[in-house]
Amino acid sequence: MNLLGKLDWSAIPFDQPIIMGAGAFMVLAIVGILSWVTLKGYVPYLWREWITSVDHKRIGVMYFLLALVMLLRGFSDAIMMRAQQAVAAGGAQGYLPPEHFDQVFSAHGTIMIFFVAMPFVIGLMNFVLPLQLGVRDVAFPTLNSVSFWLTASGVLLINISLVVGEFAKTGWIAYPPLSELQFSPGVGVDYYLWSLQISGVGTLLTGINFVTTILKLRAPGMGYMRMPVFCWTSLAANLLIVAAFPVLTATLGMLLLDRYLGFHFFTVDGQGNAMMYVNLFWVWGHPEVYILILPPFGIFSEVVSTFSGKPLFGYRSMVAATMAICVLSFLVWLHHFFTMGASADVNGFFGIMTMIIAVPTGVKVFNWLFTMYGGRVRFEVPILWSIGFMVTFVIGGMTGVLMAVPPADFQLHNSLFLVAHFHNVIIGGVVFGVMAGYNYWFPKAFGFKLDERWGRASFWCWLIGFYVAFMPLYVLGLMGMTRRMQHYDNPAWQPWLVVAAIGTVIILGGIVSQIVQLVVSIRHRDRLRVTGDPWNGRTLEWSTASPPPAWNFAVLPQVAERDNYWVTKQRANAEQVPPLQYEPIETPKNSPVGFVNAFFAVAIGFALIWHIWWMAGLGLFGTFLTILIFAFRDEDETEVPEAQLAQFDRAHQSEVAI
Amino acid sequence: MTATSYNRAPGDRSIVTDKEEPISAGALVYTLGLALAVIMTALSFWVANTSLLWAAGVPLGLAVLAIAQMGIHLVFFLHITTGPDNTNNVMALAFGVLIVLLVMAGSLVIMTNLNGSMMPADLMDMQMHY
Repeated sequence: MNLLGKLDWSAIPFDQPIIMGAGAFMVLAIVGILSWVTLKGYVPYLWREWITSVDHKRIGVMYFLLALVMLLRGFSDAIMMRAQQAVAAGGAQGYLPPEHFDQVFSAHGTIMIFFVAMPFVIGLMNFVLPLQLGVRDVAFPTLNSVSFWLTASGVLLINISLVVGEFAKTGWIAYPPLSELQFSPGVGVDYYLWSLQISGVGTLLTGINFVTTILKLRAPGMGYMRMPVFCWTSLAANLLIVAAFPVLTATLGMLLLDRYLGFHFFTVDGQGNAMMYVNLFWVWGHPEVYILILPPFGIFSEVVSTFSGKPLFGYRSMVAATMAICVLSFLVWLHHFFTMGASADVNGFFGIMTMIIAVPTGVKVFNWLFTMYGGRVRFEVPILWSIGFMVTFVIGGMTGVLMAVPPADFQLHNSLFLVAHFHNVIIGGVVFGVMAGYNYWFPKAFGFKLDERWGRASFWCWLIGFYVAFMPLYVLGLMGMTRRMQHYDNPAWQPWLVVAAIGTVIILGGIVSQIVQLVVSIRHRDRLRVTGDPWNGRTLEWSTASPPPAWNFAVLPQVAERDNYWVTKQRANAEQVPPLQYEPIETPKNSPVGFVNAFFAVAIGFALIWHIWWMAGLGLFGTFLTILIFAFRDEDETEVPEAQLAQFDRAHQSEVAI
Repeated sequence: MTATSYNRAPGDRSIVTDKEEPISAGALVYTLGLALAVIMTALSFWVANTSLLWAAGVPLGLAVLAIAQMGIHLVFFLHITTGPDNTNNVMALAFGVLIVLLVMAGSLVIMTNLNGSMMPADLMDMQMHY
């Protein structure tokens, strides 16, 4: 018996210069950062204050950082694909061999959805939700840390696949029978499956955590109809996580049983039915797109209202639209496979439901427009992203409704038109929303604003780059080009693909501007220093110091209205504010359980991918032991005395407006 | 929702005092639930093997027992009641049931419909044997 399972030196593609180059760069970067951190003596600090932290704000920041790093990885895949398709016309084969190109587009999709968009959105929810709700942390702080580190485990596994072995060549949806053992005997699909299973558990735990937080922990007096809209959209998104992610886990679990234990859920032989996978995958897949887009809808609501200096237009209709989307998103999944062969009746039903779900989204767009109407709009970076979103997202939404018509979909299915459509809504919606939120809440997280000039540069590069990169894809789709082509014969497509490649370079400019913006802002942080309320905000997160203390609020705010902080500010001049009565606060203790658990999760995942059974057993035992030891802890909270609270508040008196 | 029904935040100790559950009542509830759950399980094994029931009714009987089992778990172990503190739980349950029904009914309709478009089994067999 081989102690290392299927793993040997042939797993490392020494003959592939591109992969080896990227791998060497990655290893160098990791070694460089690790040795810099160690030499500077930052390790104890990082361990104490970040890695073992159960503070929702720190975890949120780490989620965001993780997503930023993975954005670079996913984007380099994108730029490779655009470069390949720009040159591989006629007889040319380009520079990426088919089996590598297949891995690149699979990795791009998987990374961008699961390890960029999700951590971006979850990171922002983590940071903002408890602050907006006026409470001190999420419902289960340690579980939150476990969720984050499980996501990081998935990220690590998918990055290991770059160098050790291969990634799936099946596309990010891994449809069987292609993803079955018979047609994908390598470890690529196993990397895909295990990294998604592990990070999926993390996401599900996050969903449970946030739903509980929103339903059970709110500042005194904050009824449901006084919650900020971001809390509502987050509630809907997390309800969808709780409802949808188990479906993904079960579906991928069945595929795993097929691949590991010879089951026949989706195989060609043995009465398997691959169409069931397609069906179940999109039962998760459609709610997933709303999991991604609903929190950004909330961000836009906050940003538009704050920068227009007006309460949000149609708060109640916004809430209703959000909850309507939450339920309707479970009624449209078949539109992802109209062409699989269902009858006209079934296709018709799901087509109509798809058109109906566009209505609440339309309501939201009008609400944002009417909020801006008559307001005194301050054109700072967050609102630029919001306006860019409104224009771009409406275009993407309309091409979506176009494809909701089954006969039209039969023409456009799997064409570049589809690719252009979902990039149009995901970049124009999720990415723009996340960037708006990033610029909006960064001063809250770190106490200084992001540089405005580089922020604008980044926005304009992204916006223009997006149109240049994806409008040609709509045209190409109508010209008949399908997605995922390593090379093509039709020379008429090439000019459009060259334009698209140029667009990608413009987007690269946007990403570079963002990095420069961050660096410049950190260097000039003393000039950009702000108080607790830099934007003249409306919701509770702006009523505490920037950055907020570990306990968020020394005294829990009493909520009497919607946009409570705004109302309090208006009243503050007229009324005498009573002195605060401090009481000692208990804050949750930091815990390494998330990190240790993730270490074992990576070991289990890697072992299962390479069939190293003893290591998988050891990893499972380690996980069990970690949880057991955590369960027997004696104390999990530390007390912050009144004196410290009072001292902090005195020191930040000038920052805390009320 | 008003200030009276607000829930405890982490680190916030004073305002709402914890209500102590009488332990005996808890133990009784769990024992009762366990007994009922065991009876349901035993019944399903009996139903599957008995000749007393009309054969075609057996799957239906099993389904009924399974759903009853879920109900017992929800009431006795997860404490879903109609009490005033349970609004969230009941709402979550309703949402869950709705989604499960949508997904199951939808999948059944879609897959049946797709099967209807497949080549009839005997034709397929003929092709495979040639």
